Amino acid sequence: MNGVIDVIVVGGGLAGLSAAYGLAKAGIEVLLLERGDYPGSKNVTGGRLYLEPIRSIFPELWEEAPFERCVKKERLSLLAKISSLTLEFDSEEIKGQSYTLLRSKFDKWLSEKVEAQGGLIIPQKKVTGLLKENGWVKGVVVEGEEELRSNIVIIADGVLSPLAQQAGLKEEISPHRVAVGVKEVIQLPQEEINKRFNLRDNEGVAHLFVGEVTEGVFGGGFLYTNLDTVSLGIVIGLEAFTDSKEVSEVPRLLENFKSRNEVYPLIEGGEVAEYSAHLIPEGAFGLTKKLFGNGVLLLGDAAGFALNHGITVRGMDFAIASGFFASEVVKEAKKRNDFSINTLSLYESFLRNSFVLKDMYNFKNSSEILWSVSRLYNYYPRLVLEFFKDIFFVPAENKEKLWKTFCRYSKKLFCDFQTYKDLWKLRGL
Amino acid sequence: MKVDEKLVKNFFRVKQDSHITIDQELCKKSECKVCVRICPAGLYELNEDGKISVEYTGCLECGTCWISCPYKAIKWEYPSGGFGVQYRYG
Repeated sequence: MNGVIDVIVVGGGLAGLSAAYGLAKAGIEVLLLERGDYPGSKNVTGGRLYLEPIRSIFPELWEEAPFERCVKKERLSLLAKISSLTLEFDSEEIKGQSYTLLRSKFDKWLSEKVEAQGGLIIPQKKVTGLLKENGWVKGVVVEGEEELRSNIVIIADGVLSPLAQQAGLKEEISPHRVAVGVKEVIQLPQEEINKRFNLRDNEGVAHLFVGEVTEGVFGGGFLYTNLDTVSLGIVIGLEAFTDSKEVSEVPRLLENFKSRNEVYPLIEGGEVAEYSAHLIPEGAFGLTKKLFGNGVLLLGDAAGFALNHGITVRGMDFAIASGFFASEVVKEAKKRNDFSINTLSLYESFLRNSFVLKDMYNFKNSSEILWSVSRLYNYYPRLVLEFFKDIFFVPAENKEKLWKTFCRYSKKLFCDFQTYKDLWKLRGL
Repeated sequence: MKVDEKLVKNFFRVKQDSHITIDQELCKKSECKVCVRICPAGLYELNEDGKISVEYTGCLECGTCWISCPYKAIKWEYPSGGFGVQYRYG
């Protein structure tokens, strides 16, 4: 390929594909390079997509998107060694706000939309570096091949983003800014899933687990129902391993989680169809120095656009929105024929005016807070579960008055300086 | 279920040469073992000769080992285009 292309997008995830879709739709020449067999083949989610933030972005897409199930039940479980407490929120009011999905199918579908708009996608191409000249990014280097030149390079190569570091947009990733997610996709007949989770066709459940899953350190378990599979896994901060030797090996943690009474009956008899792992940015936005440079934009996970407030875990909505705004900015740059930071700085302005940076700044300390309040993963779940055990248990001798049990545990919780310190931190969520 | 039994469910296109190398000079071996404990695919092993080795063919490409090695002894990059794990669910 000779000459200079308008835009090269590196990475066929939701950020890169959304950018390419927006650009192709506007008739701008765009080439997307994907290292896998097709966009989606290297991508993993937990997971689900929250649709409200992005419903007005590419509204024509979401009606026909290959979602798995529409989440109607939110479950949250606290786990101790041999007991658990589960909260279920079931409401028609949240039905439709989030959908479970599988990335291989979903991203492939979006890539077909890009191609239908005239965008060019070349799979099995690994980008090994950027072409840099006098502080400008002028293109990319493809492994074993020629250099490709473009007016703009869109970096959407995921959480590890070797290119963002090369571009000088991001600092090196450290273990306390990421968590590892490990997931099994388990096949079960659609009717069986409906029965086990008390769902109708296409309705889904999102279930998060906290406590003993990660043996008391930052992280948790998750279960999402898909059409005829269940996504089951754990997330754990890397710091747990670099700082201590007490946590079990990652594969063991997942097996322990799977074999729990709260989990095993839900997946019993199901066949494991796939085993995957992926890093998740947890406060990694703090590593991002700049979102743009001369001839370059940074998107999605590569930019650290992900949020975990404990109860909701988001990333894909940010990825899609950042792709959309990148395409809007490139349209403007093309119009002005200016690909310098003078025009590309609009990207940050657009993001600032949208939910992307508003949420990122608003919740910028969430991960750090969740990380630092370590009793969330051990002491507090245990205390809550001991309380409920005493409430429900009828002993051989006389039973304590409920009010007295309540007071006893309240005292345990609130006559403890650490609780106040933790509450003070949790205010930031 | 063992992790090997899970890995065989995945589709891998294996390249002849490894995309992961361990710098045995920097590696603290049995003193550390973070990679052995943290790799979701259980690919790292402490051998009888006291060295850590890695079976790259089952790599899930999460990059966890690379980020977490306290001694920066692991050199890790994405496999070449078209190689490595190809997720069919994701």
